[in-house]
Amino acid sequence: MSLCTELVLDITYHQVKAPLFLVAQDLTLFCICVNVQSQPASLAAEDISTNSNGPKQDSLFDDDPEDLFAEATEEVSLDSPERDVLLSDGPSPAITPITPPTSVITPRIGHTHDDMFTHSSFDEIEEEEGGDSFDIHISVSDPEKVGEYMTSMSLFKRSEFAVKRRFSDFLGLHSKLASKYLHIGYIVPPAPEKSIVGMTKVKVGKEDQSSNEFVEKRRSALERYLMRTVKHPILLKDPDVLQFLESSELPRAVSTQALSSAGLLRMVNKAADAVNKMTIKMNESDAWFEEKQQHFENLDVQLRKLHTSVESLVCHRKELSVNTAQFAKSAAMLGNSEDHTALSRALSQLAEVEEKIDQLHQDQANADFYLFSELLGDYVRLLTAVKGVFDHRMKTWQKWQDSQMLLQKKREAEAKLQFTNKPDKLQQAKDEIKELEGKVQQGERDFEQISKTIRKEVSRFEKERVKDFKTIIIKYLESLVQTQQQLIKYWEAFLPEAKAIS
Amino acid sequence: LHCVSVLLTPRAVNVDLQTDAMLQVDISDALSERDKVKFTVHTKSTLPNFKQNEFSVVRQHEEFIWLHDSFVENEEYAGYIIPPAPPRPDFDASREKLQKLGEGEGSMTKEEFTKMKQELEAEYLAIFKKTVAMHEVFLCRVAAHPVLRKDLNFHVFLEYNQDLSVRGKNKKEKLEDFFKNVVKSADGVLVAGVKDVDDFFEHEKTFLLEYHNRVKDASAKSDRMIRSHKNAADDINRIASSLYTLGTQDSTDLCKYEQMLSLDFTRSCLHKIEARIAADEDLKLADLLKYYLRESQAAKDLLYRRSRALVDYENANKALDKARAKNRDVLQAETSQQLCCHKFEKISESAKQELIDFKTRRVAAFRKNLVELAELELKHAKGNLQLLQGCLGILKGNT
Repeated sequence: MSLCTELVLDITYHQVKAPLFLVAQDLTLFCICVNVQSQPASLAAEDISTNSNGPKQDSLFDDDPEDLFAEATEEVSLDSPERDVLLSDGPSPAITPITPPTSVITPRIGHTHDDMFTHSSFDEIEEEEGGDSFDIHISVSDPEKVGEYMTSMSLFKRSEFAVKRRFSDFLGLHSKLASKYLHIGYIVPPAPEKSIVGMTKVKVGKEDQSSNEFVEKRRSALERYLMRTVKHPILLKDPDVLQFLESSELPRAVSTQALSSAGLLRMVNKAADAVNKMTIKMNESDAWFEEKQQHFENLDVQLRKLHTSVESLVCHRKELSVNTAQFAKSAAMLGNSEDHTALSRALSQLAEVEEKIDQLHQDQANADFYLFSELLGDYVRLLTAVKGVFDHRMKTWQKWQDSQMLLQKKREAEAKLQFTNKPDKLQQAKDEIKELEGKVQQGERDFEQISKTIRKEVSRFEKERVKDFKTIIIKYLESLVQTQQQLIKYWEAFLPEAKAIS
Repeated sequence: LHCVSVLLTPRAVNVDLQTDAMLQVDISDALSERDKVKFTVHTKSTLPNFKQNEFSVVRQHEEFIWLHDSFVENEEYAGYIIPPAPPRPDFDASREKLQKLGEGEGSMTKEEFTKMKQELEAEYLAIFKKTVAMHEVFLCRVAAHPVLRKDLNFHVFLEYNQDLSVRGKNKKEKLEDFFKNVVKSADGVLVAGVKDVDDFFEHEKTFLLEYHNRVKDASAKSDRMIRSHKNAADDINRIASSLYTLGTQDSTDLCKYEQMLSLDFTRSCLHKIEARIAADEDLKLADLLKYYLRESQAAKDLLYRRSRALVDYENANKALDKARAKNRDVLQAETSQQLCCHKFEKISESAKQELIDFKTRRVAAFRKNLVELAELELKHAKGNLQLLQGCLGILKGNT
């Protein structure tokens, strides 16, 4: 029985303390640790969850997400605080047990080396740099030949290693992948967004709840981003991706700053693209594309609406938690002043129950947020990428048409030249025509290729989406189940107290 | 808006003491018009002073207030806890929501609109039922009280089948009331400072002052908690509808029908869970606390009246001593002092019993409501658990 290669990914957060008032530079680092395990066929078969898709449906190898997360709780390396985080290379020696990826990981305070600042450059007023480092743990298992594709074993040079990455490195990776693959029709997962506000807080070293939440949000977003990228069978084999995962030091990605000239250029280009899109009028020969585009437009609207509702829910649930806690205190006070002993005790118990329920609300709010809201945000951004590839197809078509029109003109010009006595010009025209014919052919091939790729990509995207959403709904319902079970416990404990009032 | 007529099952208190005749009061029907509610007060009685044994009249909220105030102003009843007046029917919030819904009709799907409309109507109905219940409880308390049930105004209220013409207080009267209350609270502070000789009353005073404040706080906090819960429930409703729409649009799924079924299930499931809990807490906890907020205020008022009587008594004693010392108007002072003494003792005696009854009622009401709250929460949690597990089964089943 052939097995699928699995890539397990886990990111943890590690904070390096930055002194106040310092406009910090490259203090944000992420550590990637890769561990390749090989498993005998029989064992691996048991590991595959019951939800797996059975026989492979297409030539792309499947990654079953259920298994992936099952494996993620194996190892992670948390950097020791004294290590000079910028100059790490080679494998991380200690492997310590990890906390589950969904919980908030409290940042560990480390010390920065003085030399980091002596040779640092101040041109990187990168707002997301703020003394954080992330450890990413990727574990790959079940190496096995899948069709004619290389096994993950052979994709990676070593079986286990660790690297550190900055937030900007992730952005750099995405930028590279986007420039290589978007225009030929591959849906490249977008990287997490920068947040000037959030990062500024962390930079100043505020250790409060909101900066912890921000860091956890970012860590989780990076994890999802990287997972989506490596799940894509084509992207995984890309040398930039492999370098990102493997090599100990990456060249700094300088063009990712939001406020830099490169960033501004990107924004201008985006605007220009938008204008161009409006002016391209394509003769759609394939109804499938029109249908799909409409479908994605609708989906976009739906998802944004849903996202808004979920954000509202998260907000209200947090409010509910606060109000429940306040009520619990109030009930306790009431119990204190009640002079009937049994009733007084019952009221105190009620206060305790409400306090526990408050905790449930908080946990539920977290689940709402991390499961639902963030996923929706991801998909809203993903849809932008999807729409992008459709646009690229249109551009490709336009290019092809332009070449064709130019060829037509040249042919007409050549025909006219036939009647004049200018053999040089005629030859030149014939040469140009030959070149253009080649271009037209290429243009047609490109267009067909991108159409083919998009079909495949869309099919894969939709499958993933349905799977993702189903997984999330199931997880969400399971969290609700837990809540109900807890509620039953609490109220069952309370009921006899209430009945004991006489 | 529209008229809502509700027929209620009679939840009357049937007081049947050995020698006293039967008096049973309930609100058998109620009608909500634009800004008034008309209650049909239905009485069954064997008391001789009524013309018939069974009769009904229609009353509005103002007439209930008139009755309550007449008790408060009656010196004879100074020694009793006057059952608190029912709160004014307040449909403003609900009406506002319905109006907003109407305005926003264009921005949502027909299905969403119908659903929200149904919910708002249910909310309106719930508020309506509550206000009817509050008015009924007031009447039943009066009917249950051995002395108040015999009150003439009460009988007029029950029997006189025409409008009582109790116009709302005009501006002057409202101002007078305001000043009266101000003076009372100032007095209250004064009087509260005087330590009572009687241990029982001293304890009750301390207890009630603190208790009342804490009930007020708990009532406010429970209201806020419930509002948050309703907000969250509304959000979940919207989310569930969106998920459903999303799911039914999915053309890539193989088992589309099952998907639809499971999503619909999920949606109704999610909504029921949150909405139910909010409703339960509302009934049991919030109403209970609100009611005892008013009752404890009434008890405080009783203590205040007794304190005033005590002060009058002590003043009369001082006046008598002075009169005796000057040997002038002694008889007058003696009569006055005797009256004050008598009044004070009468109030003290009945107040003691009233306060003991208050405690008994309070403990019983809390017990009943807390037990029912716990039982309801359990019932719903178990029901929800079943629903969720069924839902999960379907979702996990069709992969």
